[in-house]
Amino acid sequence: MQSDTSIAIHTRGLGTTLRQDKWWIYPALILFGLTSFLVYGFWSAWQADYYWYDAGVSGFGGYLAPFYSPLLFIKEGVAGAAPMSHSIFGAWPEWWPQWLPPSPSLLILAVPGIFRFTCYYYRKAYYRAFTGTPPACAVGALQRKRKDGYRGETGLMVVQNIHRITMYFAVTYIIVFFYDAYLSFFRGGEFGVGLGSILILGNPIFLAGYTFGCHSIRHLVGGSRDCYSCSMVGNASHESWKLVSWLNRRHELFAWISLIWIVVADLYIRLVSMGVIIDPNTWS
Amino acid sequence: MDKRTFRVYRGDNERGELKSYEVEINEGMVVLDVIHQIQAEQENDLAVRWNCKAGKCGSCSMEINGKPKLACMTRMNEYEPGQTIVVTPLKAFPVLKDLVSDVSWNYRQNERIKPVKLAPEAKTDRGYVMYQKDVDRIQEFRKCIECYLCQDVCHILRDHDKQDAFIGPRFMIRVASLEMHPLDIEDRLPELKEEFGSGYCNITRCCTDVCPEHINLTDNGIIPLKERVVDRFYDPVTILRRKIFGPRKKKLPPINK
Amino acid sequence: MDISEIRTIEHDVLIVGAGGAGLSAAIEASAQGMSTGIVMKSLLGKAHTVMAEGGMAAALANVDSRDHWKIHFRDTMRGGKFLNVWRMAELHAKLAPERVKLLEEWGAVFDRTKEGLINQRNFGGHRYPRLAHVGDRTGLEMIRTLQDHGIHQGIETYMECTALDLVKDESGAVNGIVCMWRETGNFILFKAKAIIFATGGGGKAWDVTSNSWEYTGDGYAMAYEAGAELMDMEFNQFHPTGMVWPLSVKGILVTESVRGEGGILLNSEGTRFMYNYIPDRFKSETADTEEEAARWLAGDKNARRPPELLTRDVVARAINEEVKAGRGSKHGGAYLNIATQRSAEDIKRKLPSMYHQFKVLAELDITKEPMEVGPTCHYFMGGIRVEADTSMSTVPGLFACGECAAGMHGANRLGGNSLSDLLVFGYLSGKSAAEYARSKGTYTELDAEQVNSIIRNATSILNRESGENPYLLHEALEKNMQTNVGIIRKSETLDKGIAEIEKLKQSYKSVKAKGTSQFNPGWHEALSLRNLLITAESVARAALLREESRGAHTREDFPGEQPEWLKYNIAISKGANGQMQLHKVGRDAPDRELQRIAKSSIEDLEAEVAKEKQTSNLT
Repeated sequence: MQSDTSIAIHTRGLGTTLRQDKWWIYPALILFGLTSFLVYGFWSAWQADYYWYDAGVSGFGGYLAPFYSPLLFIKEGVAGAAPMSHSIFGAWPEWWPQWLPPSPSLLILAVPGIFRFTCYYYRKAYYRAFTGTPPACAVGALQRKRKDGYRGETGLMVVQNIHRITMYFAVTYIIVFFYDAYLSFFRGGEFGVGLGSILILGNPIFLAGYTFGCHSIRHLVGGSRDCYSCSMVGNASHESWKLVSWLNRRHELFAWISLIWIVVADLYIRLVSMGVIIDPNTWS
Repeated sequence: MDKRTFRVYRGDNERGELKSYEVEINEGMVVLDVIHQIQAEQENDLAVRWNCKAGKCGSCSMEINGKPKLACMTRMNEYEPGQTIVVTPLKAFPVLKDLVSDVSWNYRQNERIKPVKLAPEAKTDRGYVMYQKDVDRIQEFRKCIECYLCQDVCHILRDHDKQDAFIGPRFMIRVASLEMHPLDIEDRLPELKEEFGSGYCNITRCCTDVCPEHINLTDNGIIPLKERVVDRFYDPVTILRRKIFGPRKKKLPPINK
Repeated sequence: MDISEIRTIEHDVLIVGAGGAGLSAAIEASAQGMSTGIVMKSLLGKAHTVMAEGGMAAALANVDSRDHWKIHFRDTMRGGKFLNVWRMAELHAKLAPERVKLLEEWGAVFDRTKEGLINQRNFGGHRYPRLAHVGDRTGLEMIRTLQDHGIHQGIETYMECTALDLVKDESGAVNGIVCMWRETGNFILFKAKAIIFATGGGGKAWDVTSNSWEYTGDGYAMAYEAGAELMDMEFNQFHPTGMVWPLSVKGILVTESVRGEGGILLNSEGTRFMYNYIPDRFKSETADTEEEAARWLAGDKNARRPPELLTRDVVARAINEEVKAGRGSKHGGAYLNIATQRSAEDIKRKLPSMYHQFKVLAELDITKEPMEVGPTCHYFMGGIRVEADTSMSTVPGLFACGECAAGMHGANRLGGNSLSDLLVFGYLSGKSAAEYARSKGTYTELDAEQVNSIIRNATSILNRESGENPYLLHEALEKNMQTNVGIIRKSETLDKGIAEIEKLKQSYKSVKAKGTSQFNPGWHEALSLRNLLITAESVARAALLREESRGAHTREDFPGEQPEWLKYNIAISKGANGQMQLHKVGRDAPDRELQRIAKSSIEDLEAEVAKEKQTSNLT
């Protein structure tokens, strides 16, 4: 029999808990998952090359790595770069600072990045894993030294409220990615299927699953209403709200599938473009 | 029958100890049964708060092996045979004695929330008219049994002692149940943002995890409220719309005669 | 002790008990401009009302337009075997719909009909779907609504504060009460012009009960000690369906809504035995084949209701009989099966907390398997004798409402009538207590001798060197009541029961609680034990005196209702010698019109009501 021990019931401090289970597994997995994503993402964006593959065949079609889409500008003469016809605004701008690689990815990564950063699901994940507020339920949170202590999302993090605005932009990315998927089913104007096109098609599908389960969309389509039977559009609003709610309950799932998928697709195209692996397809 | 060691907090808000008790467990017992057994056979003055013993009143909230739980709904066979069970009072509130906490702060929060005010024109001689699909959402929040486990697990109150700045998850969903009421005409958004501290919540979802009524506080209550705050104070699109068209007028459900 | 050193608080109207009745009373007293206080043993919102599941009965006629207060009244009287106080049953049936609608105005969110009105469900003994409900957590909705409304009305709440005994002035009227803070053990005095008891029942005197620790008959005992009369104490409702397994949850309620939604009762041989227990009085209104019962469940308005929905006394006795005849379930109950009657989805939507309760406490999925159920002590029809219109007891200034008051339910209560009882009589008692307090004018000084004696009684339990363990005494009382004063009673066992209570009363004189006065459950247990003993004694003695079987009171040695006994209620009071005294009091002749309504056939009454509704529609 264990002896009686004295205990201070209100002890604070990171990690203090009476929990006996392995509570640290979840934050550890998140820490690993998100860190890996960030490392790969920045590395891939920094490369500025091998983001395009069309087997050297000119004409309509080709694989575009998702981290590089959409292509606002294109620097010519880089290995694995897309033809200039795919650039929205043309040639690489003169004003681009020398110390930064001329990567189209760096121009567009911010929008999906901030969308995910301000997402109500990811907030839970990284507040637990990265800032320890709290690391797990009923496990002591990181204590703030500053005078007013913890401020949550009322201080600097009030910026989280731009989630709504980034959502408006994030929806356009789904359209862009669907165009990329369409593009990937052609090579030199000829229709076909490759492993690359399947991977690229998965992107907008899972991204849509994630984006349309967004809490902001759920609010806009129906959550903001108090009463569905009160107006003509109420019924439609209720139905769409229920649909978004279905996805919303799986928000975490889609958040991770879409995140992992984009990495896999991006890496795959980079490796194919570099010639490291051969893309199985119907064209060759 | 199986023997177990229980370690139960005995003491007050300043000091206390985890006292060990050997107990015999029968089939189907819950943690509260064991506490009662200790009370009747070994320690007549072991203080514990309880009422219905069926998960309906939310009185027997405590922490079992560090997790906020209702003792009456925690079965002994959830734990490994031979595992020591540690029972402590709620951490976020002052301890009165042993397993009993002073939860009076929660009652004061409820008083700060403007009560329901139904649109008078929705009243008929057969009562108010509203439809099931309009009340589904708020009925979920009204399942709350006020066990305050969510208040206890919320790190804003538990670890950061921000009782003066944040009203806590229980009262966030109380506000949600009023704000989403199809007939309520009161506006609570300004105080929700400023006084009740909706911005303090960083949606780490522990309130949802511990809710014995399985209310999805975070996704269905708190986040929709935060989104309503965004509508009112942060989203340029909706702010502009309100500037031009004025605030959305409260429409009432149709009354079939 | 100088009582001026004890903190004293004044209220025009003081209410003891914060369940549905107490809160309704407080809201009304406060609305009448009274300074109102409410004392409760638990925290606000935890009272026993939260346990109520099925709904509140009110003739709103939202689901079946044929419903009317007259039919509700008739059902109530027949359920109560005509022993109800006629006027109370009338007030209840007439006022319930308005009170339910008011609850909605205060924020209650009931389940809705297709027309957007308050939905109503079927229940035992009610002719039509009549119970306004919210899934199977109607009591929670009610108490939370009253609580959330009440906190904005300027009512003072005193939580975790136990009332010990009443204090009276020279004229014999109640003028205050002595209470004790459970946290600190300190005493507190209330001066009040009127006091309302809303203290609930005393089911904790039995071993198998759906009642929580709070139900220790405090109101009965305090009123009795103050000289008030108790009435109808022999009528204790045993709810037919309590959980029987596992042992630690034995007695916990399984809502009647399970049967209201179609659940059937089976014995170990798989027979739907309720068909064999239909009393003559209900034969014409009850289905006699499974086929008809199935049609009723499907919504056929011409089909008669299944026998599982007979009144609670009938169903409880039937289960008892089956178990005695050796046809009980594995753990000594009957099987209640909803899985074969409704889809899993329906069950989860209509009975979510039952699903949850069995899943967690018994590891049983009610959408797949039958539940095991048996009778559990549930409700006191009897209580403090009150005047029907004012709710005032026989002691001036003391009012009672809710379960602790007698009269409304007669010999047996219909399910769903208790929640509406709380609303109606809570409101009425609050109103008349306010009027009484207003007429009283000023506060009067509390008599120091009485206060000191109450405090001495309480502290002596702690101060004794050694003595009886209160928990063990309570256990002995529970066992005694369960075996000797249970569902089926006879004079030998009742005599034995009374003798045992007398013995326990002697032991109680030397009860001892260890520890200090701070939040000491042992002490609290000992304090409530006095109240339980008074409650138990009054039940046993009244049960012995009433030599007939009526409603919830069943005497094996006197089967059947005796017309002679319909003329009397049994009143109980404390005699000058300190002994319990019982007397038969003649009942007032009922109002002719009420009698006509209650006694008319259902067809005649339905025709009458339909005609009435038609004329009122025309005007």
